[in-house]
Parts: sequence; structure tokens; C-alpha cells
Amino acid sequence: MNRLRALGKWFDDRLALGRLYDQTLGHRIPLSSASAWYVFGSATLLCLIIQLVTGICLSLVYVPAPDQAYASIEYLDYVQPLGWYLRALHYWGSNFMVALVTIHLIQVFLFGAYKYPRELTWMVGSGLFLATIGMAFTGQTIRFDQDAYWGVEIIVSILGRLPLVGEYATHLLQGGPIVGSETLSRFFTLHVFVIPGLLISLLVVHIRLVLVLGISEYPEAGKPMDKETYAEEYEATVARAGIRLMPEGGGKDLVFSALILTAIILCAAFIGPKIPNGPADPSLIHTVPRPDFYFLSLFAAFALMPPYLEGFVIVYLMPLAVVLLFAVPFLSRGAERHPSRRPGAVVLVVLVGVSLVTLTSEGVRSPWSPEMDAWSGQPVQPRFVEGRSPLEHVGATILQVKQCRNCHALDGKGGKRGPDLAGVATRLTPDQLVRQVLQGGGNMPAYGKHLAPHEVSALVAFLETLHPANAPAARNSAPPSPAAAGHPDKR
Amino acid sequence: MEEHEHEALPPAVPPVNRRDFLFRLGLALNTVAAAFVGIPVLGYVASSMFKGKAQQAWVALGNLDSFPTGETRLASYRNPFTTPWDGATADIPCWVRRKPDGGFQVFAINCAHLGCPVRWFPQSGLFMCPCHGGVYYEDGSRASGPPPRGLYQYEFRVRSGHLEVRGGETPNLSEPV
Repeated sequence: MNRLRALGKWFDDRLALGRLYDQTLGHRIPLSSASAWYVFGSATLLCLIIQLVTGICLSLVYVPAPDQAYASIEYLDYVQPLGWYLRALHYWGSNFMVALVTIHLIQVFLFGAYKYPRELTWMVGSGLFLATIGMAFTGQTIRFDQDAYWGVEIIVSILGRLPLVGEYATHLLQGGPIVGSETLSRFFTLHVFVIPGLLISLLVVHIRLVLVLGISEYPEAGKPMDKETYAEEYEATVARAGIRLMPEGGGKDLVFSALILTAIILCAAFIGPKIPNGPADPSLIHTVPRPDFYFLSLFAAFALMPPYLEGFVIVYLMPLAVVLLFAVPFLSRGAERHPSRRPGAVVLVVLVGVSLVTLTSEGVRSPWSPEMDAWSGQPVQPRFVEGRSPLEHVGATILQVKQCRNCHALDGKGGKRGPDLAGVATRLTPDQLVRQVLQGGGNMPAYGKHLAPHEVSALVAFLETLHPANAPAARNSAPPSPAAAGHPDKR
Repeated sequence: MEEHEHEALPPAVPPVNRRDFLFRLGLALNTVAAAFVGIPVLGYVASSMFKGKAQQAWVALGNLDSFPTGETRLASYRNPFTTPWDGATADIPCWVRRKPDGGFQVFAINCAHLGCPVRWFPQSGLFMCPCHGGVYYEDGSRASGPPPRGLYQYEFRVRSGHLEVRGGETPNLSEPV
């Protein structure tokens, strides 16, 4: 035992590990900072370590070239021993990392921990947040399946909206005028060299700042922070009732990290990796591109915002949101840190949270997208066609073959872009139906050129039957002129 | 050790001494060297920004006979400039419409909203986009949804019984072909 101790001392004399420990893991933190709330940063770090280890392993097999990328992913999934498991760990590690870094950011914001003297810690942390999002996006891109290919096309199209620099920005990102081999190489380089390098550098600064400035103490309502005396009081608190980060303060971090690690392992083992959805071949156009879930909110926002706003959002609002994120410590300068004294901050978090959850759930349903195969694939319930006249049956057929149901559902079955047609006869009169079909409007294309007059008559005759038994179809208030009755093409 | 050496130096030294000069010379030399490394690196990375128009060329889409009058068909061309490892990404699809009068329209596959692949439905004469629900009429003009304009159209020409397009660039709002 003595010999072991002597060996330890020999190394310590040369490496000064004891001093390093005192300044880092063993540095003293306020007792109040050893709160169960302060676990999200360390758990994010755990995810980063998982991502680094699994990422390096995956790069042993993955080929970042368009003609082989997809095959190498399949090879990982089905041939390489445990390849599927490492892909799964990497995939679930990324999901958890995005979630945890977001929770960490929200918690720091709510606790006012970004206030003096930790403004720079917040700004570097914001950089880490954006780098994590960048990793998530580039990562789903180099999966190089159909979602990846069209996801790149979408990002390139967004960049293409930028005035003046749009063309250069798209070419810089694509590595040329089309999405091809250089594009994949660029995203691969961003994912494995550029962004990780940036992320690790920022992380070093982030941790340096935490060590120099100390972990913020648990906020207390009605105890405003005074810049003049803050440093002194913090020192005094640590001296009076301080504990070492490790081992006394770090138990909750270790337990929480172990829980997260278990969750990642369970998800990876039982749900598995994200299976790529077909090779990135642009000529396979029968595809419905969707981003990974953390970008569904953005995907939804671009479907739901009025078209005239899009340019403004891309050019001004998105960069402004990034600037605002970094500027939080300088915009919120109040001395109070506790959320109960900062209702504005709480409202902001709730507002952003509700918006993101709503947009994400809309993104999952994406009711704005036509359901491309509804016209030929969705069944028609018998009650819509039972007992109908031959004319109405022809109309029902026209409703199918003209792809109306790609946008219009019949009792919930079909596209959600336009209104459900199950009760349409109670809302529109025959005249209004004819007008709507022929001229479109209200986000519906005009079908005038593609429907013969007799087809319109049949279609409207069928639509007229779409009302509940106890709610009659809408009628014109004035009787139609005899010449026009039954001849929708003459109106 | 070093501190002892410093103490051994004579205390009176002129304000710009040899060490000062060497330090400044070293900075200057390294700045020049950094420029010699940095400028080519920037040029290497940014060269992709400037090869747009140079990479466009006329490429064959197919026989005129393969595009019957009054129909719109999916065609694809091999990107004029490829690398051997481009794989399927160099095969760019597009929609070719042979108008009733025999003329042509060649539409890019990319929706004018955010670039997703539009699909043609001959029965209703519409192009529909699976991403955000953009819809276009058969002549490519915008019918409904978020697109700010109609479908992008390629330049085309007919040469010895073949339809050719000027390909090589993915269209978007800042470079609509």
C-alpha cells in the first residue's frame, strides 16, 4: 500500500494532479447549487461523449460519397456486427442531446443564471446550443436517404431566398450548382470536423467560465443581486457553506446521467436506429420528405405562415432570433433572479414552448400537405354511395379520379388541406359549389379547364348529397333562372 | 533556471533590442506565410460559389417521339458535370409537357416554394407538392398554396429529333434557371 502511495506521489510531483483537482472537479460550490435542478448541463456533456465515441466508430464504416453512402448505412444496419446498435446509440444520443441542451438553456434562463457576472457563459452556451442543432441537422443529412436529399434541397431553397447573396450562399453550401457529391462531402466535413471542433472549443471556454466564475447559487425571491458586492458575497457563501463539486456536489449529476444513459441504451436496444427511407435518388419522386422531429416546428412554420411573410422571416426574423438569444443577458438586466419575480421571463418560456409544441404536432400531422395517394387508395364508406342515382355515382367517381380527395377528406379519410366534404352540402348551395369547382379560390385550384360541363353537373349532384339526414342541403334564396338550371357551364 | 539567466543580463539595454526586432520580424514573416496558406484555402473552399454558369450545358432529354402531344411526362437528364462517385444524384428529373400545339415546356422538379419534388396528376391536370401543399396548373403557373411563383422552366431546344435542355443547376428563387 505504501509503495502504491509512493508511486502516486511520484506522479503527483510531476503532473500536479492534486492541484488540478482542487481547481476543477474539487473546486468549491455554494451548497444551494447542489440542487437537483442543476443536472442538465452535465447530462448534455454525457450525451456529447456518447456521440463522440459512437460517431468515431461509425466513421470507420460510413462512406461519404453519394454512390455508396446509403449502402454503407445499410451495411452498418445489417452486416457490420453491432453496427445497428452503434447507429442506434448515435441516433438516440443525438435526440437526448438536443432535448437536454434545450432543457439546460430553459432552466438557466428561468433561474436568471445568465445575469452578472455570467453573461459570457450564456453567450458561449448559446453557441453550444446552435452547434448542437447544427450537428443534428448535418447528421440527418449524411444519412443520405430521401428525407436527407430533399432536406438539403429545402435548406438550399431557404438560402436561395436571401437577396443578393442567395446564389453564392447556395453554391457555397452545395459545393456547386446542384446537390451532389460535393454537397455530401461538405455536410460530412461540417458534421465530423468543423462543427465538432467548434463545439469542443466552445465547451472548453464554457467550462473555464464555470470554473472561474463559479456555479450560480440557487435563486432566492426578493434577494436582488448587487453588482458591487456580488463577487464578495459569493466568495463568502462558498467559504461559509461551500462543498466540493466532486464528490459532495456531483452525486445528483452522476445519478441523473446514469438515468439518461440507461434511457439511451434502452431506446437504442429496443427501438433501434432510424431506418433510412430509400436511397437519395432524385428521380424517385414518389416521396414525402419530412425532417427529423426537432425540425418539424420549422417545417410547419413554413407551411403555415402567409407566403408574403416568408422572405421577411428568412432574411430578418431568423437572424434576429439568433441575435436575441445571444443578447439575453444585456436585454434582461433586472437584479431579481427568481422566476416568481420575473413573470415576463416565465411568459416568454411558456409562449415559445407552446408555439414549438403546437408547430411540432402540426408538423407531425402536416394537414397542409395533399395526401398524394388518397384519390386512389382511401376507401369510400358505403353510406356516401348507397342508394345514389346514376348521375350522383358518376359524380362520386369524378371526385375520386380528379384527385379531389388528395386535399379533401370524406369523413376524415383523405387529405386535410381543404375542408372535409362530408357535410359540404349544408355549407354551400349548388351555385356556390359550381363556382368553387370551376374557379377555385380560397387556396383551391380552378378546375374549369379540366372538367367538362356534364362532369361538373355530376360532381355537384354528388356533393349535394353530402349532408346529414337531419340537416338539409343549403339552397339558394332566390329560385335559379330556368335557363341556367342544370347547366352549370352557362353561369 | 531562466529567471537566474535574466538576472545575469546587463540591466541597461537599448529600447529596441535584438529580441524585440526578432519578435517583430517573426510576426511579420508568419503573417506573410499565413496569407500564402490562407488565401489558397479560401479560394479552394469558395471556388464552388463561382462555377454556376460555367457548369451549364445542353443535355439530351430524349427522342421527340417519347413525348406525345398533349401529355406531360417525367424525364431525366444526366447532370453535365459529374464526379465518378456522384451516383444517382447526377440524374436530375424534370417534367416535360408537350403542348397541344406541339410546343414544349420543361419544368424543374423542384417546387418554387422550398424545392421539394412536385408530382403530376394527369386526371386533374395539376402538379402537387408533398411538402407544404403547393399546387400548379398544367402550364406550370401557380394554382394555390405557398409558392411565390409558377414552376421553374428550363431552356430547351430541339436538335436532330431530340429534345435538349440547358441543365446543370438546381433552380431556386435567386437563380430561376
